[in-house]
Amino acid sequence: MAESRVAFDLQIPSDVEYIEGVVELARQRCRELKISPAKCSLNIPVALSEALSNAILRGNEAAGGKQVRVRAIISDTDLVFEVVDEGPGFDVDECTVDCTTDENLTREEGRGLFLMRQLMDRVESFRDKGNVVRLTLYRE
Amino acid sequence: MSFSIKKQTEVVVVDVEGQLIVGNRQELKQKVLDELEKGEKKFLIDFSQTGYIDSSGLGVLVSLSKKIREQGGELRLANLNDDLQTLFELTKLDTLFQISDTRERALESF
Repeated sequence: MAESRVAFDLQIPSDVEYIEGVVELARQRCRELKISPAKCSLNIPVALSEALSNAILRGNEAAGGKQVRVRAIISDTDLVFEVVDEGPGFDVDECTVDCTTDENLTREEGRGLFLMRQLMDRVESFRDKGNVVRLTLYRE
Repeated sequence: MSFSIKKQTEVVVVDVEGQLIVGNRQELKQKVLDELEKGEKKFLIDFSQTGYIDSSGLGVLVSLSKKIREQGGELRLANLNDDLQTLFELTKLDTLFQISDTRERALESF
């Protein structure tokens, strides 16, 4: 079984202003690990940004006293980001909307989960001391 | 991250420097709507200095496109790098917007 290690583990307030800093930290770690440039500049920033934004705005409803925890776990085979909020959770399959259909193409919202699933190899949501969204990206 | 606006041959050109994400999308929206309210009709957003765009940034572009068209105007995009092009293709927004390789080509297309 591949050995894994935690690349970072931090908590941020429920404020979208913190997203860019966390995403930049994730990009730096991924560049250090020689993850492919496209994954560092597109897949990871966009998918992680979406997960954080969902956690802050929907899970925690941007409530001042609530926190979002984000962990990056790295192994030889994959990168895993876990974003934990204090909300009730949601079903990834039920909530994902195909934003490419004619009726949805001109909608202003509803692309977040769709993008996460397009850009990551696996997206899961479950409860474990909060609502966890786990994003997995294979290194190869 | 910041947005700069200037007028170039009757077109309002907006440069997006850095990311277009949930934390700054309203600023972009307001700047463009202010110009629309002044009577401007032709808009070009140039992404040559843009890092990444999230779903709310894409949503703002869709929203602005609708509002500009309602006023009889037009919004065009230019200089998407490979990552941004991929993002537009994944969401099929490349079919909704007129996208040019360069700012010059975009300006000529109005």
